[in-house]
Amino acid sequence: MIPAAFEYVAPTSVEEALAALAEHGDDAKVIAGGQSLLPVLRMRLNAPEWVIDLGRIDSLRGVRDGGDHLAIGAMTTHHDVGEDPLIHEHALLISKAITHLADAQVRHRGTFGGALAHADPAGDLGAPALALGSTFVVQGPGGTREIPADDFFVDLFETSISEDEILTEVRVPKHGGWGAAYEKFVRIAHQWPIVAVAAAVRMEGDTIAEARIGLTNMGSTPLRARAAEQALAGQPATEEGVAAGAAAAAEGTNPPSDLNGDADYRRHLATVLTRRAVLAAAGRG
Amino acid sequence: MTATQEPTQGEIGRDRRRKEDQRLITGRTRWTDNITLPGMLHLAMVRSPFPHARITGIDTSAAKAGTNVVAVYTGADLGESQGACINAWPVVPDQVTPAHLPMPSDRVAFAGETVAVVVARSAAEARDAAELVEVDYEELPAALDLKESAEAHTNGGALAHPDLGTNVSAVWRFDSAEAGTGGDVEQAIAEARQDGIVIEREYRQQRLIPAFMEPRSVVVDPTGEQITMWSATQVPHILRFALAATTGVPESKIRVIAPDVGGGFGGKLQQTPEEMIAFAVARKLGKPVKFTETRSESLLTAHHGRDQWQRLTLAATKDGHVTGLKVDLLADLGAYVAIVGGGVPVLGAFMFNAIYKFPAYQFQTTNVLTNKTWTDAYRGAGRPEATFAIERLMDELANELGKDPLEVREMNWIKHEEFPFTTVAGLEYDSGNYEAATARAKEMFGYDALRAEQAERRSRGDKVQLGIGVSTFTEMCGLAPSRVLGSLNYGAGGWEHAEVRMLPTGKVEVVTGASAHGQGHETAFSQIVADRLGVPFEDVEVLHGDTQISHKGLDTYGSRSLVVGGEALVRAVDKVIEKAKPVAAHLLEASADDLEFSGGRFSVRGTDQGMAITEIATAVFAAHNLPDGVEASIDSEATYDPVNFNYPHGTHLCAVEVDTETGQVRMRKYACCDDIGNVINPLIVSGQVHGGLVQGIAQALWEEAVYDENGTLVTGSFVDYLLPTAADTISFDLDHTTSPATTNSLGTKGVGEAGTIASTPAVVNAVVDALRPYGVHDVAMPCTPERVWRAINTGGSGGETTEAAAPHFDESEGAAQ
Repeated sequence: MIPAAFEYVAPTSVEEALAALAEHGDDAKVIAGGQSLLPVLRMRLNAPEWVIDLGRIDSLRGVRDGGDHLAIGAMTTHHDVGEDPLIHEHALLISKAITHLADAQVRHRGTFGGALAHADPAGDLGAPALALGSTFVVQGPGGTREIPADDFFVDLFETSISEDEILTEVRVPKHGGWGAAYEKFVRIAHQWPIVAVAAAVRMEGDTIAEARIGLTNMGSTPLRARAAEQALAGQPATEEGVAAGAAAAAEGTNPPSDLNGDADYRRHLATVLTRRAVLAAAGRG
Repeated sequence: MTATQEPTQGEIGRDRRRKEDQRLITGRTRWTDNITLPGMLHLAMVRSPFPHARITGIDTSAAKAGTNVVAVYTGADLGESQGACINAWPVVPDQVTPAHLPMPSDRVAFAGETVAVVVARSAAEARDAAELVEVDYEELPAALDLKESAEAHTNGGALAHPDLGTNVSAVWRFDSAEAGTGGDVEQAIAEARQDGIVIEREYRQQRLIPAFMEPRSVVVDPTGEQITMWSATQVPHILRFALAATTGVPESKIRVIAPDVGGGFGGKLQQTPEEMIAFAVARKLGKPVKFTETRSESLLTAHHGRDQWQRLTLAATKDGHVTGLKVDLLADLGAYVAIVGGGVPVLGAFMFNAIYKFPAYQFQTTNVLTNKTWTDAYRGAGRPEATFAIERLMDELANELGKDPLEVREMNWIKHEEFPFTTVAGLEYDSGNYEAATARAKEMFGYDALRAEQAERRSRGDKVQLGIGVSTFTEMCGLAPSRVLGSLNYGAGGWEHAEVRMLPTGKVEVVTGASAHGQGHETAFSQIVADRLGVPFEDVEVLHGDTQISHKGLDTYGSRSLVVGGEALVRAVDKVIEKAKPVAAHLLEASADDLEFSGGRFSVRGTDQGMAITEIATAVFAAHNLPDGVEASIDSEATYDPVNFNYPHGTHLCAVEVDTETGQVRMRKYACCDDIGNVINPLIVSGQVHGGLVQGIAQALWEEAVYDENGTLVTGSFVDYLLPTAADTISFDLDHTTSPATTNSLGTKGVGEAGTIASTPAVVNAVVDALRPYGVHDVAMPCTPERVWRAINTGGSGGETTEAAAPHFDESEGAAQ
């Protein structure tokens, strides 16, 4: 498990990183926490000539209050995001998902932005980021641009970050007072989810006023379960009421078939897990 | 014979922390890959991506020009110097055995087979250059499906080795009527069809990967008078023999060292192509070389285990007395017949009848070659497969009768007063008490309360159903009496050797031919010697795993180290005491007849005169005052060949909760009571049982080596080969009853494989038991949530595994950050 040799550069500012990326272009890979890239290099599935390490850019770390949203620096580790009190208060769904993400070692090395930019549809952060309507801030030679969550994920391992850009920040609208749950279905603990459902719910009394639902590994990108969200709005937070809405969770999905389950089984799981996640988020689980 | 073991002041029975743990856990020790020699070169293997192909050309020129590349060799370059990989157990005289060169030059027979080796100054440079070797292949039809491969010679199907004309390596058969050990099984089945119960089932033993913690590694130093090989192996002695026998290098010119070895589970009892290639390259270059496999290489090319189809027919009377069992196996050997290879299903032949008094029995295995990684012994080797089949069948019989599965077992098992008992397979079980172990397991488990909860959940149609699984296993272990192995055409004996060296300072060195790779021999053997010789535990050093130190031995597998190697040690210690006795008599000026030995001292009866055996060791070292004709040594050695196998048994009870909405299976409770005779170290035994249980549970629920239709191993990393961790298991409740073995002086039985053998059927029985109300009678292994869900919703046993993996580490990934 020895990677092919590569040149290494560790800039200390985003500008330097962008310059390195501009210089080496197609021959370069950007490394954040390395939890996905290093296995790829070690298994020699890829052999970039340059690796540009963002690990020394301090400005990319930390969670800050941006008024109506939280701004999560792309290089903040999963652990630091998950433990952040602002996240607990305003984006509970993200901290719930992080408790299920990989294992403690990975959570201390892997980064929030790195995992999202990697865009594995089985990754645990895409669905909650999407469900909460996050905005992705990228920086390139021409400056900064903001990408809405719905436009960020393009395909398997593909985002709308251009090759000369770097993801710098993820802005998550505040969802104070919303209940949240992440239902992750695995066969063994350290596995990627076969299917997972991220649900955030705003309650009005015993009624679900609004529901936001993200699906993990139900297609080539993280997905919003919009049909289920619409069906759930205004429903009573009862087993029957939620089950009726959750039945629409797999609408429009195109899950993979692999040794952990075929597509039809995953569609079924999505409805069961959506029901459970919504009930849990509503405090009825 | 059953009794609770008496508490003891001695070392035996004490839960000593393991001597070896600090160095093993911190890794600051002599793992093979830690060994670095002056001028050492590194190897990288070039492996076939195809399961079956002709090699039409290999261009090594670009690789040879690589940075710091010393040499690149193909099979043709090494020729006969590479030796051959041996099969030690041709199970029938006309066994079809393909030639197995470590590195073939004309044709590859499985994906992962080595076609060239690169030698460079660093491992990274060797790996870089390996990618520059260009191999031209002409793909050949591949024999992949076990059932199709077994028939290929009749219908023109793909042959794993076209020149052999068949994929069938051997058909091995045992019939109790022919052997005179029982009745005619066909007659029993015919009678049961008329007026009884016939259960017919087909079970799949999926392919597994041993997945030891330390990947295999080998270092060869050809610069001394002896060529020295360090290898992460279970079998240094057998490896030395195989090296000598197939390369022509005299055995006396080869030294094999198994330093600390990180697990094996049978996966390291092979003579591997990589060891042979490293040996040949070191000799050719005259320089030390090292090869350490990657985890992916390990999963792909280290031998796999299990992989059988089992067709089973059980005949019984209407009240549940079994009258006959017929077993018809297909066993997948993979591309070559490995060192034990075709013997693995044969080891199972004696165990399908398990703890029961079946009057008639027939067993047949058809061993089949395919273009997949070769298979061989994996923890339990033949016995888990057998135990699974019979314990599943006994549950099916109980279900048919509407009786409790334990009740049906009790109707058929050997009662404790009937030992020793000769089984329908011809083995003599020396001791056991199935009633006592079962009673204790039921008590720990809370059997009746869980049955009541099960009934309650069923009646209210709970979405989470409770299932209770039973496994009352026995096994034959402690390989083995040499005469029996000889009668089965096995290529070696089953004895073990030990030596005791009494050092002049009063310390003791013990040499064993067993070769530990995680078992804790150094601790347990020290306890045995400390008690028997009356010296402190700390003063005993156990030496092993080096053919220069331990010159004789048959190594470690088949739960044999304690029951065979431990007995050899006892006998060597007894010889030390015998040799010391005339010296003690001489120095104490007493008659040898008046001496008694106890607590490490010879005393003269009726006096306060005495002398410690360590003092005698010092006196013998000085040799100033020895009796006439007595040599100046009390060191001793012994070689022990057991008279019988060894038969641990136990009752394992498992409760699972099955989420019927998702098919998810969760362990609720697991209790087992194993009878392994007298226990030397309860802590080590618990470790063996816990680890064994998890490995067996993993077969039931998680692990499966999956190939796709192109013959590619889909489960080529731990992303897809699901190895459980502590997070996936529960706390187990363990206890023991004690029926001492009557065939060794310590009364011990093997425990290394027990948990693995017993637990798999307990778990699957529990899953099926939970689903009986849904009309489910089988779930194929591993019982994945998807399979359980399909079994509930569409019947059958849950369908086949989809032969594809998710691409989490895709090379085409975009802006990975």
